[in-house]
Amino acid sequence: MALELELASPIEVAKDFALSVQQYTLLSAQSLGNFFRRPLYTGDMLQQADLIGVGSLPIVLLTGLSVGAILALNTASTLQRFGGITLIGQLVSFGMVTELGPLITGLMVAGRNASGMASELGSMIVTEQIDAMRALGTDPSKKLVTPRVGATVFMLFFLTIIADLLGLVGGWAVARFLFGLDSNQYWTTAWQSLVFRDVFMGLSKPVLFGFIISTVGCYYGMSTKGGTQGVGRSTTQAVVASSVLILIVDFFVTKLIYALLGVR
Amino acid sequence: MSAPTLPIEQAPSTASDRSAFAIEFENVSIAFDDKKVLEDVSFRLPHGETKALFGVAGSGKSILLKIALGLIRPDSGRILVLGEEITSMSEQALFELRGRVGIVFQESALFDSLKVWENVAFRLMEEHIAQDEIERRVREALRFVELERTYDMLPSELSGGMRRRVAIARAIITQPEVLLYDSPTGGLDPVTSNTIVELIMKQRDVYKTSALMVTHRLQDAFTMATHEFDPDTNQMVSLPKGKLCRVPMSFLILRDCKVIFDGDGQQLASSRDEYIREYIS
Repeated sequence: MALELELASPIEVAKDFALSVQQYTLLSAQSLGNFFRRPLYTGDMLQQADLIGVGSLPIVLLTGLSVGAILALNTASTLQRFGGITLIGQLVSFGMVTELGPLITGLMVAGRNASGMASELGSMIVTEQIDAMRALGTDPSKKLVTPRVGATVFMLFFLTIIADLLGLVGGWAVARFLFGLDSNQYWTTAWQSLVFRDVFMGLSKPVLFGFIISTVGCYYGMSTKGGTQGVGRSTTQAVVASSVLILIVDFFVTKLIYALLGVR
Repeated sequence: MSAPTLPIEQAPSTASDRSAFAIEFENVSIAFDDKKVLEDVSFRLPHGETKALFGVAGSGKSILLKIALGLIRPDSGRILVLGEEITSMSEQALFELRGRVGIVFQESALFDSLKVWENVAFRLMEEHIAQDEIERRVREALRFVELERTYDMLPSELSGGMRRRVAIARAIITQPEVLLYDSPTGGLDPVTSNTIVELIMKQRDVYKTSALMVTHRLQDAFTMATHEFDPDTNQMVSLPKGKLCRVPMSFLILRDCKVIFDGDGQQLASSRDEYIREYIS
């Protein structure tokens, strides 16, 4: 049997992409606008905050601790060669707070929650539950999307702070027990090296990443087509798209904040 | 079917002061990816009437219901629901109008993470009605469909027929002026189908709710045309031969994206159209 492959024309692909961007932008704007329109589903938001925040806590604790320890381990050998092992606290705190803390937490939560949102909403689409909700006079964007966006942004902010702290603890454990560095020295350099710019950057990123994770997850969920296979496809796409978008946005945000604060 | 208590205390107002029709379709057309689904479809559903909508699988029956509720926008044409034109209405305005219309989806579309009572009470909870009042009305609606015992159960614990009945309870809890049924007996065994038909008939005869019922089971529509619900015995009874049902019942047949028949039972039985004759035989 001959295998027939149907190739889409580049114009069709471009049109589909433009349409997806338009729909994603509309969903994102609507999810933000809903914060200023009644009813505000605070109960649903708290439930999502529990699912996203408390549910993600174990993986964030483990990855934060591991990344901090790995960062300390990798930089220590280089620093030791130049006699600068005392700077390990500074390097770990700068790396964790400005970059690795928000990024790793964002990617972990994207893997766990963007997929969860896409599969949950996708299943609701294919079983007509979203249509039923609209038929019952409830706006799914208000009831389902906005609580997820609010909860993810809010919880990712705090999860990132926890990951930063655990990263510093991981770095301290390596510095103290593998390289014999004084604890006081580690924490003093780690604390003193941080300036407003670093903290500002480290805390503004999770807000953006949280928004990306939730809107991308909800977008793929709400645009699911093609039954259970479609749900699987949406779930995968949501994780891939949100992870890639986080990495791209991370670069530009870093560049922008440095430019705004006149660093580089 | 055992005799259920008659629950909801008052019938809804069935006459809209703005229009003589509950639903009006005027030259409605819709296509998906260049494939026509409905073409120039026009019909009217008068207040209090039940219209059975037939057509083979894929003839656009379910799409027609979703268009009637504003869940899908048509490519062209005009639709009036309870006197209000919905084709140009914003989604926000449609949410309000949908409060006056109930729908039972083909696969029930119950919220699977919510319990039966939460499903039935969904609309009431959105309106922030007091908890006591919600419980009372949910129990009444569940009693109407004879499923009060499922109050605390999850939809996954129910059979297909029970889910369909819960969906009916959810649709009628706010006493809508129009009810839309999408293949309410599809995929069910004859006994359960009969129970569902009886419930629809009860809603029709007791509350005189206008209804548009999509079905591919001719016998369901004929049962509805030849039977009446008796509130004294709480059962449906067969009408004497030649006697018409007190609540008007009509039929609409779709074929090749178009309406090929719109009329009452007698007109349907006397139709000379070959396709219709084959369909009803």
